[in-house]
Amino acid sequence: MSEKPSMDIDYVSNLTRIELTPEEKEKFQGQLGDVLKYFEKLQELDVEGVEPTAHAFPRFNVWDEDESKEGFPSEKALMNAPKSRNEQIVVPKVVE
Amino acid sequence: MDSSSLISKTATELSGELEVGTCKAEEIAQAYLEQIDRVDGKVHAFLHRDDEDFLAQARASDERRAKGETLGALDGIPVCLKDVISVEGQPLTAASKILKDYVSPYDATVTRKLKEAGAVIGGRLNLDEFAMGSSTENSAYGPTRNPWNLECVPGGSSGGSSAAVAAREAPLTLGSDTGGSIRQPASLCGVVGMKPTYGMVSRYGLAAFASSLDQIGPFSQTVEDAALLLETISGHDPLDSTSYPSEVPSYSQILKENSQPCALGLPKEFFGEGMDDEVRAAVEKAIEFYKSKGYEIVDLSLPTTDLSVPVYYVIATAEASSNLARYDGIRYTTRSEHAENAVDVYAKSRGEGFGEEVKRRCILGAYGLSSGYYDAYYLRAQKTRTLIRQDFDRAFEKVDAILTPTSPTPAFKFGEKSEDPISMYLSDVYTISTNLAGLPGLSVPCGFTQSGLPIGLQLIGKAFGEGKLLSVAHDYDREHQFGRQAPNLED
Amino acid sequence: MSVKYETVMGLEVHVQLDTNSKMFTRVGTGFGKPPNTLTDPVVLGLPGALPVMNRDAIEKSIKVGLLLGCKIADVCKWDRKNYFYPDMPKNYQISQFDQPICEGGEVEIELPGETPAVMGEHRTVMLTRIHLEEDVGKLTHYERDSLVDYNRAGSPLLEIVSEPDLFTPDEVFAYLTSLRNSLVSAGISPCDMEKGQLRCDANVSIRPVGTTTLGTKVELKNLNTISGVKQGVEYEIRRQTKALENGEEIFQETRRWNPDEKRTTSMRSKEMAHDYRYFPDPDLMPVKIDPEWIERVEKELPEKPFDKQRRYMADMNVPYTATSALCGDRPLCEFFEQTAKLTKDPVKVANWVVNDLLRELSQAKRESEEEDGVSVEDCPVSPESLAELINLIEEGVVSNNVAKELFPEMFSAGKSARELVKEKGLEMKSDGDEIESLCAKAIEDDPDAAEKFKGGKEGAINALKGSVMKATRGQANPKIVDEILRRLLSN
Repeated sequence: MSEKPSMDIDYVSNLTRIELTPEEKEKFQGQLGDVLKYFEKLQELDVEGVEPTAHAFPRFNVWDEDESKEGFPSEKALMNAPKSRNEQIVVPKVVE
Repeated sequence: MDSSSLISKTATELSGELEVGTCKAEEIAQAYLEQIDRVDGKVHAFLHRDDEDFLAQARASDERRAKGETLGALDGIPVCLKDVISVEGQPLTAASKILKDYVSPYDATVTRKLKEAGAVIGGRLNLDEFAMGSSTENSAYGPTRNPWNLECVPGGSSGGSSAAVAAREAPLTLGSDTGGSIRQPASLCGVVGMKPTYGMVSRYGLAAFASSLDQIGPFSQTVEDAALLLETISGHDPLDSTSYPSEVPSYSQILKENSQPCALGLPKEFFGEGMDDEVRAAVEKAIEFYKSKGYEIVDLSLPTTDLSVPVYYVIATAEASSNLARYDGIRYTTRSEHAENAVDVYAKSRGEGFGEEVKRRCILGAYGLSSGYYDAYYLRAQKTRTLIRQDFDRAFEKVDAILTPTSPTPAFKFGEKSEDPISMYLSDVYTISTNLAGLPGLSVPCGFTQSGLPIGLQLIGKAFGEGKLLSVAHDYDREHQFGRQAPNLED
Repeated sequence: MSVKYETVMGLEVHVQLDTNSKMFTRVGTGFGKPPNTLTDPVVLGLPGALPVMNRDAIEKSIKVGLLLGCKIADVCKWDRKNYFYPDMPKNYQISQFDQPICEGGEVEIELPGETPAVMGEHRTVMLTRIHLEEDVGKLTHYERDSLVDYNRAGSPLLEIVSEPDLFTPDEVFAYLTSLRNSLVSAGISPCDMEKGQLRCDANVSIRPVGTTTLGTKVELKNLNTISGVKQGVEYEIRRQTKALENGEEIFQETRRWNPDEKRTTSMRSKEMAHDYRYFPDPDLMPVKIDPEWIERVEKELPEKPFDKQRRYMADMNVPYTATSALCGDRPLCEFFEQTAKLTKDPVKVANWVVNDLLRELSQAKRESEEEDGVSVEDCPVSPESLAELINLIEEGVVSNNVAKELFPEMFSAGKSARELVKEKGLEMKSDGDEIESLCAKAIEDDPDAAEKFKGGKEGAINALKGSVMKATRGQANPKIVDEILRRLLSN
């Protein structure tokens, strides 16, 4: 089959917000290329007209009635927060 | 009763002892704590222990029993959980640095069910970070070692759960299985491990890896014990929209009844190349046993088998890339100290907090969903998944259960596959398709290699046919009891 | 410079559905609660949390779809929209991508008439689709950092997307007003923009008149009031026109409306286009909407505001100005209709409701401590009570002037008209002798007016009437006064 596929690691790692070291980038580039090559198997089978499976045992309308229940007190909501102030979670300034 | 005899017992036996009053829950708990102290330095199955809480639960069980208020067969029996299952007030690390300081403010549904059954919930068990791996080498807190050979991996991702039962550090444990993460380590550690039908056990409170594949399931020395634990944690949960509204029969009761030999299928694709000779021999011996018991053995084909690994890795990594997005350093995870703005918090907290395999899979998964690649990867994998399910549907028209090896090889050495993702991914080749089809599967020990490493037999059942599957496995296990053999962990 | 430009706009309107609990978990919804008190594992996106749909939110969405003439999907599903932002706990939003709950549809709008008293032209604006999703939390920005409150996160949010079918700021204003009136009157949402219950983004593009392809699209955000939307698009049209006239290029970008500076500024350009990696949410099952369900919802649909307006004008002869004040407000319309049923003249009732009742309500709202003030539903004057007052005028028991003075007292004291009239002795004086002597005195006091009237100046009688009314503090029956004066002056 074709040559080893290559992934735009910078684009995808930015998309999924994971900073990689230059060493990781290089290593992943090779490894993920191999994996993508292996994935080419998937293209062998004709899946024309086949319904995709999103759930092994699909059902419809799995829901609750709209009755509200007690939630967490704010202490519990914030108990794992790295940083909080005024009962809210502090995040570094959001830059657009 | 002395502590070494207590820890060698099965949960069913311990339950009997508690019932007749020959021991107390606190003695059992104490015996296990001593064993953990004795062997866990070598095995490293545990990530976290709260001995005081453990003993307090055991004492509470004894008090209930004294008042005649025992909650059931599991009351007073220790159960330890893989560190991806939430217990209120206890840490939950998923073996990741990013959750180093996280304490769960709520109970998973299985945790609630165990508490309601009086089970004594013990320490948190090691795993591959976020359940991604087949060896526990991906734990941020160091690997678990195989109690049968400390130079070998225990399998994964639920390696802590399988090793703890094998090393007699717990009579029962829970793991989670996305592509074989219960059955493969059970096989490598010589214990029983079962993945229920998708939807049988609530996922509420289980830190998700791949939502459409994950299931929680039991580890034990015997099939009988697995049945006991499974019937306690199963059942419909309104908090999990994928939980199936079916009645849970008493599996323990089913095992007590005389089973009818049925038809077992051998898919030829599972018996081809790549299987270790000793594994093949042990599995063939098990097949002979079933024949001798009057089971009909049927050769069959599951032609899509070789596609299951790529389908699985496309779907599982895609779902994981989205499920793990929440670990971002904002609300509850460890925040990078080097971040100057919000975008930095994400990229640095995740870059520093995740291990290599998690990063690799998140990137692979995001790629498979990204603009321009969705149809070729994710959508195609979902369609192929349909064909895999249909293969099994056809097979189950002819047979009642499918019999295969659990893993192509016995436990491998540390480092042997950790730098080669594909060879690691292929160690799940026999277990993965079960998850894709949503079917129940279990691994039961079926012997040892010459060098003393355990071998596992996998049985796959019909959807929601846990009763029949357990009963087929029990027919074998009752007469072999390989899981009752304990490794020698003395120096 | 001779090129003329035209504007093409489309609106994306987000409406928070008025439900008791959130879209995918049952913790309560609400505005103005202390920060982070409407959360639970699902809202916070804790490890292991799973979503469960809110049936009522789906039903309300169907209702909106029917109200706006959309095609309701037989089956719709949930997709994850993946992007990182601190207001979104899971870093993915559960939304609907390729199978929204409603497609198509239209909104009837009324353009401004020549004067406020004249009905303007009506036309329909086409909709693309409506989909349901979960809201995000609220970020407040400070000098050095930002704070996040997740109370709003996870509330059901409907996104109503119009076609590029709006061409002037007036149309945008009319569209939003009409949409809001429909949604409020159907009980979908209070649509209070200040509380973020209705939010709006506008896509604005301009092109030379005569061309048919759309110009470069600029997305406007932070349009927080209906008039803000109008001002924002007005500004943006000017900005783009000027840019094109100067030979500059319009960039595809997102711009933020700054209401204080009355201008838009660039937020981000499309070079950083989002790759949302949509895929079906494996944690949720799809929704099937059968015809019976649609039929049931259809039966509960309220009359559309514009249909109501047409009915009031055609069947009840209520003038346009009064109907336009009534018809955006369903409770007010109900009040009007109930009152009208109890009286003979709907036009009079309409005037009372639109002038006096609305005045007192807004007065009470200003004085009220409570956030929402006094609504027409718990107004101290009931429809019965207002009808009684109007009927007292008809019966000649009180004069119109007295009634106008009584009304605020009825409102503040919560007393009936009849009670107050009796209490204060305000029945109209119809005692002929007393009035006759007062009329005689009036003629005596103002011989001028008397002479003028006798000389044929009909209007001069009003001065005489006025002084009689003044002497009786308005309680004299004006019909009797008129009769007596004419009789006396004809002598």
